[in-house]
Amino acid sequence: MTMADLEQTAARTENEQPLYRVAGVTRTYAQKGRIVKALMGVDLDIMPGEFVTIQGPTGGGKSTLLQLLGALDTPSTGSLLLDGRELASASAKELGRIRAEEIGFVFQGFNLIPTLTATQNVDMALEPLGVDRAQRRTRVAEALAHVGLDDRGDHLPTELSGGQQQRVAIARAIVKRPRVLLADEPTGNLDESMRDEILTLLESLCSEGITIIVVTHDSAVAQRATRRLRLAKGVVQDITK
Amino acid sequence: MYGTYLRRELAGRKKQTVIVAIGLAIAIALVIVVNALTAGVRDAQAQALASVYGVGTDLTVTGAAVEPGQGEGPRFDFDADAGESDGETTTLAQSALRTDFLRGTLDSSVLDTVAATDGVAAASGALSLTNSTFSGEVPSGGFAQQDGEQPAAPEEGQSPPEGGQGSGGGSFGVDSFSVLGIDPAATSVGPLASAEVTDGRGFDGDDAEAFVALVDSTYAGTNEIAVGDTIDVAGSDVEVVGILGSTSDSADTAANVYLPLRTAQTLAGVDDVISTVYVQADSAASIDAVQSALADELPDATVTSQSELASTVSGSLSSATALITNLGAWLSAIVLAVAVLLSVLLTLSGVGRRTREFGTLKAIGWSNGRVVRQVAGESMVQGLIGGAVGLVLGIAGIVLINVLRPTVAASGAGQGVGPGGMGGGPTGGGAVFQSQPAADIVLQAPFTPWVLVAAVGLAVLGGLVAGAFGGWRAARLSPAEALRSVA
Repeated sequence: MTMADLEQTAARTENEQPLYRVAGVTRTYAQKGRIVKALMGVDLDIMPGEFVTIQGPTGGGKSTLLQLLGALDTPSTGSLLLDGRELASASAKELGRIRAEEIGFVFQGFNLIPTLTATQNVDMALEPLGVDRAQRRTRVAEALAHVGLDDRGDHLPTELSGGQQQRVAIARAIVKRPRVLLADEPTGNLDESMRDEILTLLESLCSEGITIIVVTHDSAVAQRATRRLRLAKGVVQDITK
Repeated sequence: MYGTYLRRELAGRKKQTVIVAIGLAIAIALVIVVNALTAGVRDAQAQALASVYGVGTDLTVTGAAVEPGQGEGPRFDFDADAGESDGETTTLAQSALRTDFLRGTLDSSVLDTVAATDGVAAASGALSLTNSTFSGEVPSGGFAQQDGEQPAAPEEGQSPPEGGQGSGGGSFGVDSFSVLGIDPAATSVGPLASAEVTDGRGFDGDDAEAFVALVDSTYAGTNEIAVGDTIDVAGSDVEVVGILGSTSDSADTAANVYLPLRTAQTLAGVDDVISTVYVQADSAASIDAVQSALADELPDATVTSQSELASTVSGSLSSATALITNLGAWLSAIVLAVAVLLSVLLTLSGVGRRTREFGTLKAIGWSNGRVVRQVAGESMVQGLIGGAVGLVLGIAGIVLINVLRPTVAASGAGQGVGPGGMGGGPTGGGAVFQSQPAADIVLQAPFTPWVLVAAVGLAVLGGLVAGAFGGWRAARLSPAEALRSVA
């Protein structure tokens, strides 16, 4: 990102309410008979349109925080607001609806369904939304075109490279037009050139207004973000310089 | 998308789909074939009983069984000057008509008693007899006693022994056939209810005391008897006026020869007696009550229901019944249970392998219900495939059975007397014989539509049970935990 981009983002966020407001969030769980404290009082605001990376050592709570932000899990204590709605006390059904409509996920292992083509994999994200068939076809085609795979819609995942599979996964995440895209090590399984392709794509989506939150070990990825967080021993630090 | 995903998943896991479908198909085919065979055996039993008791007979009333040692078999008594002698051998021939020596007879008034009982719609009486004909040559001075032993009576299915020849010996044989004396007017219930005249005529009111006979078509064919011929019954010439065939193409009629009841009584030299009363109840619901009432009215007689009669059917039909109702039913139940269990286990295993996939679906917003529907749908389609294949296999099995037309032998224990004979013995001596009617019945496996529908329903149910377990497991998955799965 250029300095101009950063200044533009900073100016925009000053006038907006945070997309996420995390206050005093803890998350503990039992593992092999002992209590694991994954998050210990996280306080964090994330503004709409930010490109945030979360770094930190393995076991530091990065994925746990991403799952809380993605409404896949709920905090043990504390408050987690998404656009003013409390996720900590939301029902499973409500969390499912939020995931279906507002959150896109991208995984390190792509998590595509191996028996379905690229088009069908992307289409799966529209299944819970009740979009009619014609509109679905249009939106899926647009999403695949957006990631540069409009000519690979009929291919099975096994017929695509790692970078292409990740782009299909991103298409699946954006086809629902989410407010936030959460990515857990999205470039972890890719070589350097493919990593740059994916990061460029994420930057492009961010510039379109989608909030991007990426968990990564890779400093090269973090360098592309507008805001960098470090999570260690369950505590968040802002390390943006 | 639901259908596409379902189809792609089943096609992508061909091995599991094929194993589950084959397991269910075998189970369903077994259920169909065993049910068809059960129905076939039931029909065969009904045929066996109908051939003896007539169609529509609900109960029979017979004389009490003779106490062991009390029955006396047929005897042939010859005067010293009987037959024609050439000095060395004497040619003898004698025909005798006798009642079943193992079971007592009933006075004809029993028929009136039965007919007057509440719940009885129709009743007819019959007299079961055996005509035995002794013919051959014996030494004019009698047999030289060899070892003092009497010839043994032939057992069921054995050929009658022939008289020996040798020093002081003779040569003779004994032929016998079963005779049933029937009321010429009674055709709605009784042995004639399951028979039809195939040649000549049946009995009419004028035949009550006439020396006329109807002959079973199989017996007539074997012995080359035709309408207009005369046959020897108890030494009297009886004219054959008709040939009787069974209404079933797989069983003979109840006896070899039918006589009007009065004629049979006259020729047998018995009083106004009958062996059996065939009873038709006015409704299926009243059979038990009628049986109880008759047992009370006729304490010395034996009252038997159709279900009890069914248990008297012996031979390979009895073995087939036991085999199918016991082994067949258990086998199909066990195979069905194993197939459903296999289906459940494979579905659970499949859900286990797809943990991350379901976690991903939940992450992109799929509800638990949608995931459960997907898993259940896949299992149900596997069940449907199994059911369809099982239906084809089952129908093929039924067709094969009906093409092969296996036969089972059915014997009515203690009822009637069939063709048989006895061996020679000392002049003037007596011998005992016993034989029972045995008929080969073609085992048919009928199509029963509701069984076919139920069988497919069972397969779908099996798929649904597997899908319910698999769906339950998938629904319990926490999306966060599922995504952490490395499976």
